[in-house]
Amino acid sequence: MSSATLPPYAKKDFQTDQEIRWCPGCGDYAILSAVQSVFPELGIPKEKLVVISGIGCSSRFPYYMNTFGFHTIHGRAPAIATGLKITRPDLEVWVATGDGDSLSIGGNHTIHMLRRNVGLKVLMFNNRIYGLTKGQYSPTSEVGKKTKSTPYGTADRPFNPIALALGANATFVARSVDIFQQHLKDTLRKAAAHKGSAYVEILQNCNIFNDHAWESFTEKDARSEHVVQLEHGKPLIFGKNRDKGLRLNGLDLEVVSLGNGITEKDLLVHDQHNPQPAYAFLLAHVEEQPGLPAPIGVFRWWPDQPRYEDTVAAQIRDVQAQRGTADLGKLLHAGDTWEVHA
Amino acid sequence: MSTTLVPPPQRKRETLERAVIRFCGDSGDGMQITGSQFTNTVALYGNDLATLPDFPAEIRAPAGTLPGVSGFQVHFSSSDVYTPGDSVDALVAMNPAALKMNLPDLKPNGILIVNLDNFEEMDLRKAQMPSNPLEDHSLDGYRVFPVELTKLTRAALKDLGLDAKSMDRCKNFFALGMCYWLYNRSMETSLRWIEDKFKGKLQLVQANRMAMQAGYTYCEATEAFQITYEIPPAKLSPGVYRNISGNSALAMGFVAASQKSGLPLFQGSYPITPASDILHELSLYKNFGVITFQAEDEIAAITAAIGAAYGGALGITTTSGPGMALKTEALGLAVAVELPLVICDIQRGGPSTGLPTKTEQADLLQALFGRNSEAPIPVLAPSTPGDCFWIALEASRIAIKYMVPVIVLSDGYLANGAEPWKIPDVSELPEIPVNFENNPEGFRPYKRNPETLARPWAIPGTPGLEHRIGGLEKQDVTGNVNYEPLNHERMVRLRAQKVAAVVQDVPDAIPAGDESGDLLIVAWGSTFGPVTAAVRAQRAKGRRIGHVHLRHLNPLPKNLGDVLMRYDRVLVPEMNMGQLVMLLRAKYLVDAVGYNKIQGKPFKQSEIEHKIEELLD
Repeated sequence: MSSATLPPYAKKDFQTDQEIRWCPGCGDYAILSAVQSVFPELGIPKEKLVVISGIGCSSRFPYYMNTFGFHTIHGRAPAIATGLKITRPDLEVWVATGDGDSLSIGGNHTIHMLRRNVGLKVLMFNNRIYGLTKGQYSPTSEVGKKTKSTPYGTADRPFNPIALALGANATFVARSVDIFQQHLKDTLRKAAAHKGSAYVEILQNCNIFNDHAWESFTEKDARSEHVVQLEHGKPLIFGKNRDKGLRLNGLDLEVVSLGNGITEKDLLVHDQHNPQPAYAFLLAHVEEQPGLPAPIGVFRWWPDQPRYEDTVAAQIRDVQAQRGTADLGKLLHAGDTWEVHA
Repeated sequence: MSTTLVPPPQRKRETLERAVIRFCGDSGDGMQITGSQFTNTVALYGNDLATLPDFPAEIRAPAGTLPGVSGFQVHFSSSDVYTPGDSVDALVAMNPAALKMNLPDLKPNGILIVNLDNFEEMDLRKAQMPSNPLEDHSLDGYRVFPVELTKLTRAALKDLGLDAKSMDRCKNFFALGMCYWLYNRSMETSLRWIEDKFKGKLQLVQANRMAMQAGYTYCEATEAFQITYEIPPAKLSPGVYRNISGNSALAMGFVAASQKSGLPLFQGSYPITPASDILHELSLYKNFGVITFQAEDEIAAITAAIGAAYGGALGITTTSGPGMALKTEALGLAVAVELPLVICDIQRGGPSTGLPTKTEQADLLQALFGRNSEAPIPVLAPSTPGDCFWIALEASRIAIKYMVPVIVLSDGYLANGAEPWKIPDVSELPEIPVNFENNPEGFRPYKRNPETLARPWAIPGTPGLEHRIGGLEKQDVTGNVNYEPLNHERMVRLRAQKVAAVVQDVPDAIPAGDESGDLLIVAWGSTFGPVTAAVRAQRAKGRRIGHVHLRHLNPLPKNLGDVLMRYDRVLVPEMNMGQLVMLLRAKYLVDAVGYNKIQGKPFKQSEIEHKIEELLD
């Protein structure tokens, strides 16, 4: 279907008649709203959109999207979506997952999907807790966190999801926040435009089991001091008065105040297409250093990497061109045969 | 070549109905290739045959040791062959370890060819032999032919400029040449194979060819053998034949199912013995549009296949027991979302890693019941290597017709064993109709076909059919998430009824042999050969025996209960602790007895016969 004949979709076209069963106040509502707002803009016929999920609060997502949807089993959404995308490259397949689903039980599928660069858009709702099982720590929970399963605090070191995705050589890695609606929608649009695997971490609040999970980022007064927005081609500036920036110092980043001889020219200018893996890693680890802000936006966007399903299809076309049309009779008779006469 | 085909007239030439030959040596000695070559040659000549490759799980255990012994047995005949043979007429042993492991299977007065060059003190020590069997009279009951295989091969190849190691790697072809002479076979097929295999490597083509010819000429010249043997072609039913292994037949069966259904074939698989060859073979068939996906693990292999099926492909996954265990949860998902899928379990000895290269039938109950909650799945089992082709087609057809996952239980013996297979006419293969839903009018994701209880296959990309499915319990018809008690019971029963409805496609059980009588043998899978041979032999002695070989294990043929009642006794031989027998006893309240062998090896005909005699005498 060409975009000319595409019906003019509205947000409501992507809403279902199902009663939404997330807790009131859950960050997932904001994410759902952003996705339903962005989908009509994509120029894709509704029937070509598929949302696949695993298990967890985030994985209820497909039930609330009026597209094709598949709520699967814990951790396996990337593998199921991979099988679908290889056989049906004509579809646009989105994966809804969470920190437990994607990084714990489904960690293996996540990294292998990313290394293959399958054309899937992955929305990873990171609330640093297991919600649906009622409050155990997750692989992104901070060290020492007291939860139902860790009454004396966790001993685990958490994953940095951005660094993990970069480590798997993901070709598109971004981060946004549930309540930053404009930023979230903008990030979703960029993910939609990427051909290969797009991994989007969405910082999300669980007001029941991990309230204030990202408060230092999201709280109005604090956010401009604690968050730096990554914008391609622009220097890394943050602060309430946009008077601070990040400057490269050797293999590290440092916070500098603008003025007193320090200008924007001294700051690191964001290059989302930087071919050096180290560049995005540097950004991914910024927030772990005291006093440094957490970046949101696109960390890496490598647009020209071959997409898995395209390579698979091309190989089949090549073999067909070389070996001619498939002939089952010929296949069965291949090799040594002999005839028994009546 | 033709001049070398006829042995000198002074040798006695004896015609036999059948012969069993086994090649054994180190896993690096090329015994599997040697056996396959001999097999192809006798197959092309027109003998009926069965093979038993037997190799260790280790790629190369230390040379000359007992764990490193690899063997390949061929039974070929001018009449029907059902098993690879209980015992061996001719044994080729490349070293003392191979001799020690295999001698117990050699018939009294059987032919024993050994590589004399490998019977030094160190070789004997590696095989834990206190004395040299060639000198201590322990081989007195056999016709022993000690041949300097290594030295003679080196002598034959001395002008090629190869190093000693490369020359020694050709000694299996020297032994093969000897066997061709001994059984009056042409070397043509193997010469052609050598040309093809080592294409572009002239030195290796020459070396292997010369080694094989040297072995042949050696027998002709030395008068070591006073008798040669002739096994005339078998009287198979007319048609074009090829040699086929079970794994190869499964691969081709799925390609056929893809062609007959018009669906692209998607195989998700993770390498595992003894199933990997299906992946290797299907990955060659890209010109048929086959997509093979070597997944990151067993779970991804099956879930990717589910994803492909969701999108409208023929999704299959192939594995062995440990992989089945990992796929369990995803199998439950396939049951719940009611998508077509074929899962092949090429069974091997267990539990856990168990005996990776040895055969067993102990995954039957796992296939039938090994999932959480009520998750019934149709189960099929091929009975011969060639039957694997037909089972692949049938499993695919049932999966699509009823919108269910279907399990195929093959095993290591069928997977690697080979037999002559009559190639079917493509136009005579069953069609596999596919009806994708495309009408949004009144579309409901779980509205069922009244006959098959199948839900519609509504694939993404179809306008107006946008809907959601998942592993949560759903309301019948609408597919909406639903936790109501009565709906759950209804759905559990519906899923069971749907699998039970597959019985419409299960042929009635028709016993081979006597239609009623003293004993019914009920068996399944790869025990077909030895059971068939044993029943024939025992009926020839006047016993009244029937044999039902089940290809459908769920649902069972609807007349099976009646058939069971027509015999005084029921015997169920299985390569497990008694899984089918337990089902039959539970379902039909019949006093069936089991006969169980759990040695990683197929039953021998004599073992089944012995059991029959024990029961009936």
